Amino acid sequence: MKFRGKITDIACLNHFTRVVTTISKLTKTCVLRLTPDHLFFILPGKVTNGGVGMWCQLLQANFFQEYQMEGVTSEVQEICLEVSPEPWSRALKTVQSAKSVKLKLTRKHCACVTVAAELPTLSSVGRVVTHDVPVDVIPRRLWQEFQEAGVPDFDVSVYLPPLKTMKSVVDRMKNLSNFLVMEANLNGDMNLKIQTDLVSVTTHFKDLGNPAWGVDSSQDGGPSQSRDPEVMAEVTVDIRKLQQFLMGQQVNPSKALCNIVHQNVVHLVLLHEDVSLQYFIPAVA
Amino acid sequence: MQCVVTGGNVKVLGKAIHSLSRIGDELYVEPQEDGLALRSVNSSRSAYACFLFAPLFFSRYAIPTGLNFRCKMAIKSVQSVFKSLATLEKTVEKCHIGLDEQKDRLTFTLHCKHGLLKTHNLSYQDSESLEAVFDKNSCANVFRAQPRVLVDTVVHFPTSLEEVTVTVSDERMWVRNHVEDEAERSKAMLTELCLAADEFDYFAVKAHYSITFCLKEFRGLLLFAESTGLPVSMYFDEPGSPVVLSVTDSVLEGNFVLATLSDNHDLHKSNRGGDADQPHPPDDFMSDDMDAYLIAMDTSAAPGPSTADPPPPSLATFRKPPAPNYRTRTHSEEEEEDDGEEDPERPPDKKFRSLFFGSVLPPSSQMNTQPLTTQEVLASDSEDETEAE
Repeated sequence: MKFRGKITDIACLNHFTRVVTTISKLTKTCVLRLTPDHLFFILPGKVTNGGVGMWCQLLQANFFQEYQMEGVTSEVQEICLEVSPEPWSRALKTVQSAKSVKLKLTRKHCACVTVAAELPTLSSVGRVVTHDVPVDVIPRRLWQEFQEAGVPDFDVSVYLPPLKTMKSVVDRMKNLSNFLVMEANLNGDMNLKIQTDLVSVTTHFKDLGNPAWGVDSSQDGGPSQSRDPEVMAEVTVDIRKLQQFLMGQQVNPSKALCNIVHQNVVHLVLLHEDVSLQYFIPAVA
Repeated sequence: MQCVVTGGNVKVLGKAIHSLSRIGDELYVEPQEDGLALRSVNSSRSAYACFLFAPLFFSRYAIPTGLNFRCKMAIKSVQSVFKSLATLEKTVEKCHIGLDEQKDRLTFTLHCKHGLLKTHNLSYQDSESLEAVFDKNSCANVFRAQPRVLVDTVVHFPTSLEEVTVTVSDERMWVRNHVEDEAERSKAMLTELCLAADEFDYFAVKAHYSITFCLKEFRGLLLFAESTGLPVSMYFDEPGSPVVLSVTDSVLEGNFVLATLSDNHDLHKSNRGGDADQPHPPDDFMSDDMDAYLIAMDTSAAPGPSTADPPPPSLATFRKPPAPNYRTRTHSEEEEEDDGEEDPERPPDKKFRSLFFGSVLPPSSQMNTQPLTTQEVLASDSEDETEAE
């Protein structure tokens, strides 16, 4: 099992750092799955995380100038590790001026991912800083948990309003209630609602647009044919989970959309040129 | 006593005080003939710092001859005089420090622009003399570097990190974080940085030692060095001997003396792949040659209206280290310093504590339960009864 990746481009380093920092704000630990073409940061939606699931996919070629890996066996070209992204984020943030940064799977006192950065100095010898971050290798028998969940059978799919706007709305709503209702329809309308004994607050977003899924990009869109475009699909979620998702965002997505399965789950999708992030927030029981 | 500091030196004085606040809670002030000494020590006596400002640092330095005065005061109150150094730099023209022995007060008067006068009357307490005895020149390893190099090194370590280990060879210096117990080691991130000799202004290694000391206090010195741009000199010997960090220029000298762990294994030979399977270091405090410790704290009491008898110097300078099987550090130094009232029964929290002091008392294996009375100078709190107050 081997892995070695090297980043020498400053923009790539910066981008990678921001992705890792976003992940570190979403979860304390997650699974890193390495394949010859991709890196995946996965948080399977389990009861222990409050049902929240995350799937982040990076195209390695867009980040690493050098990338070599050998999977657990010669047939299975994959590695699964349990990692804690926060120390990575810290380590990467301090080496933004590095000439090169290498990520390697190493075995020190335990299995580690070593971040080794070559820093520019005035002297003849470069300064090297290494951070050894302990990781756990995940045995193959547990790998089926970390397969992509796939897009759920949603009722409504809608583009999200600017994340900053959503964040400021949700931040204020959090002060009033623990639960928030997200609803949207096929007309491009989305509402965020909270309700308490004393007050109810709704923020309306209009003309967001609905992404076209499926083979025929007909008006109906989505698997649920002939759905009344005015009818809202809604999910009641724990507001802190939504807030955590919005707080962590460091990368401006080129596309941000949301799939709602009525009373079931909210599936948030952020797409960027070389990285995609999916986040599942379940409905509160 | 009247001292006047003008212009840019006010900021330098302020920075020195902020640096000292990283060491201990109290500022010890002693006007001497060769200048004004500002000192601080941490509650476990494992870190000591002293800034000596020569008379030329001041635009006026007048102390009555034969003045034998020393006092201590809460460092936070002095810090509040010099808070917001950026505005200080722009608005304060001079700072006047006066002593009012009648009222037990030191008066700091800031003469600001537009005729504004800010007067701070700070009460002090009489104190014993606080002076660490150390000899930089006898240290085996001596280095000097621009502050930027050191600041760029510590930036890679998290601010919550307590201890760093510095290892040297003939051409290189390695700095890595120190992880105490086995359990942490499997979870903690290990960071290591290597500096080449030519990044230093001066790099003289006589022995390939590896020392471990507290990063927080080191950062305190860097705070000062970075703002004044003065190069930092580092002197150390074998593990257990304190490391001395200095900044000097023609009108001031700052020395930070930090204790080091006395039972380091020299992990790094010439290959960097260092064995991280450091066995739990054997505690051999008992067999250490106490006289080898360089730092002795002279805690003789000041003459004056104090009621307590000064302790005999021999007991004050040397003290027994805690028993080997003792102690894991559970709290950072912050907590120790902030701990206003110390429980005298509580055994010392820091291994470092032992390193300042040797002992003339017979060793005992019951350190944990030993009442403090037999450990007169066990200064988990600087306000114990041996000090004059």
